[in-house]
Amino acid sequence: MARGDGGATARGKRAAPRAAKPGAKSTGDPNLVQLLTPDGDRIDSATGPDGTEYRVDFTDEEYRGLYRDLVLVRKLDAEATALQRQGELGIWASLLGQEAAQVGSGRALRTQDMAFPTYREHGVLYCRGIDPIMPLGLFRGVDQGGWDPNEFKFNMYTIVIGAQTLHATGYAMGISMDGKIGGDEGEAVIAYFGDGATSQGDVNEAFVWSGVFNSPIVFFCQNNQYAISEPLERQTRVPLYQRAAGFGFPGVRVDGNDVLATYAVTRNALDNARNGQGPTLIEAYTYRMGAHTTTDDPTRYRIASEVEAWRAKDPLARMKAFLEKQQIADESFFADIDEQAKRESLHLRERVLAMPDPEPLTLFDHVYAHGSPLLDAEREQAARYLESFEGSAH
Amino acid sequence: MATETLTLGKALNLGLRRALEQDPKVIIMGEDVGKLGGVFRITDGLQKDFGENRIIDTPLAESGIIGTAVGLAIRGYRPICEIQFDGFVYPAYDQIVSQVAKMHYRSQGKVKLPIVIRIPYGGGIGAVEHHSESPEAYFSHTAGLKVVSCASPQDAYSMIQQSVLSDDPIVFLEPKRRYYEKGPVDVDAPLADAYPLHATRLVRAGRDATVLAYGPMVRTALDAATAAEEDGRDLEVFDLRSLSPLDLRPVYDSVRRTGRCVVVHEAPGNLGLGSELAARITEECFYSLEAPVLRVTGYDTPYPAARVEEDYLPTLDRVLDGVDRTFGW
Repeated sequence: MARGDGGATARGKRAAPRAAKPGAKSTGDPNLVQLLTPDGDRIDSATGPDGTEYRVDFTDEEYRGLYRDLVLVRKLDAEATALQRQGELGIWASLLGQEAAQVGSGRALRTQDMAFPTYREHGVLYCRGIDPIMPLGLFRGVDQGGWDPNEFKFNMYTIVIGAQTLHATGYAMGISMDGKIGGDEGEAVIAYFGDGATSQGDVNEAFVWSGVFNSPIVFFCQNNQYAISEPLERQTRVPLYQRAAGFGFPGVRVDGNDVLATYAVTRNALDNARNGQGPTLIEAYTYRMGAHTTTDDPTRYRIASEVEAWRAKDPLARMKAFLEKQQIADESFFADIDEQAKRESLHLRERVLAMPDPEPLTLFDHVYAHGSPLLDAEREQAARYLESFEGSAH
Repeated sequence: MATETLTLGKALNLGLRRALEQDPKVIIMGEDVGKLGGVFRITDGLQKDFGENRIIDTPLAESGIIGTAVGLAIRGYRPICEIQFDGFVYPAYDQIVSQVAKMHYRSQGKVKLPIVIRIPYGGGIGAVEHHSESPEAYFSHTAGLKVVSCASPQDAYSMIQQSVLSDDPIVFLEPKRRYYEKGPVDVDAPLADAYPLHATRLVRAGRDATVLAYGPMVRTALDAATAAEEDGRDLEVFDLRSLSPLDLRPVYDSVRRTGRCVVVHEAPGNLGLGSELAARITEECFYSLEAPVLRVTGYDTPYPAARVEEDYLPTLDRVLDGVDRTFGW
């Protein structure tokens, strides 16, 4: 599926920023960058912990495009959850509640930037212009979720927690070694991970590495408050963004349910990276509204009032409220978006159901680039075995 | 043809130099590989000639060395990672077996990871704990990795270059106790003419029993074969060279002739490479065998304190004892 028309990365003529509502305030936390309140009021600009000022200047079309992204991403995710419940996917890791963090950061990427996801970055994948069916093979069990990272500038999903942050770091080192720093062709890398991953050695090694090599990388931590059942308090005693200081680069906490602030903070960090100013750690403060995966039962470890408090900060609702208050979109726009989302999710469903199981002998493919005599022998043996069944098609 | 007499370590150094000269995307990364030239000096002088961007002194973090090599390889580089000692590879184990080994498979062939992981391995140098281990079985057990070990300066010179050229990730085990042993190296022969990387090599022809070894134990096996002559036994010795994939066709031919086989390695015997060799040879050569395939290996203990390592390691006498047992069956 192509990215929504009028996406936030469209290079249109920029209108002046919508006037902020007089007196509109952020959540009150000076260390949380916010440009859109949960009530849908715009904040003109916000200042990060190091004094950086963040603002956005989207056109109306771009605002509508961001909203379209949020709705589509949520709808496609919901469809995948439904497919799992109907037995069509083995498992699904839902992004519900994290749409703004993913769309905001995903739209902040330039075409040449490279992203290294975990297994939950369906929204970023969508923003990269990748067909949303691509990760579903992994969850349906018909492939390992493989695609060409260099074609899409989006690495394969990584299941082992935090491992991809080192891959991202190495890739960023390669950018420096290739001299692709600065200028219009300057490249940057973004590495996604969760709050639980910050406890991993690999993530800390990635911080060390990127710091000492001043690599063009943005570490984008979606702090969704839980690592399966373990709350943030089990991972850290200090706010995660503050850890960056110990590694020698800036850290900033952004309202991860605010697509505008997430975009602004990520774009700024990516620009700094591509211009040779090294890494940034972004902590997108958000909440996983659903389960860790479809095998999880969050009612065992979370209280309902906490979930409800976060529901009031919903990233889609606040963007819709903003569009309505500012009269950027009308009812027919919202109805059209909902209709488009339905169509695309139905289309996704049809294609998932049509995904064939791989031929058994393909399990021997691509283990090695140059092959292996042992594997060749096993493949032949397996083929003979399969052929031994009466009426076998093999 | 320019044949020089080089130590195995110097041959590796020269092979790495050739690889760096051939392809600007080849880089070396690890702890102390730059100014110091590595703790065994295998990368001696390379940073001076190729610069800090190609011979990269890294932070002290093994998972980081391998994990960043993955990203560099995705970017198009061909990293050679040095792990300082065998026992230090375990912090990188996850990156090696879960990422390096599987990314080609995961991507259905679209991502190639031409990474060489060099590990000085094995004992016999009187070192402290974690400096003398033989981790080859861990890596040989993992599909997607290839594992090789050199035993001679000539092989060190060519195999390291072949490994760098390979699009498959390769764990390259260097027998550290043999770093200083010398041998002839044809430094000008085209690499295309070199002995294939994943081929077992006959290093001593014989009639009476087949001895399999690799890495540091090849020298020991050859010495044992010389000593066995005094007993009137003519041993055939193979250097396996490639531990994964194994190339056993010449071994099967040999065992069918000799009827006897002894496998030698430093690693503990239980579920070691010798177990795999014994099983496969038994399957293929069952009716030719005069005795079970026997193993002469390290014991199933942690690698012991240096003062008793000679009791732990397969020595010439222990290999001969294994040969005696196969004849006594």
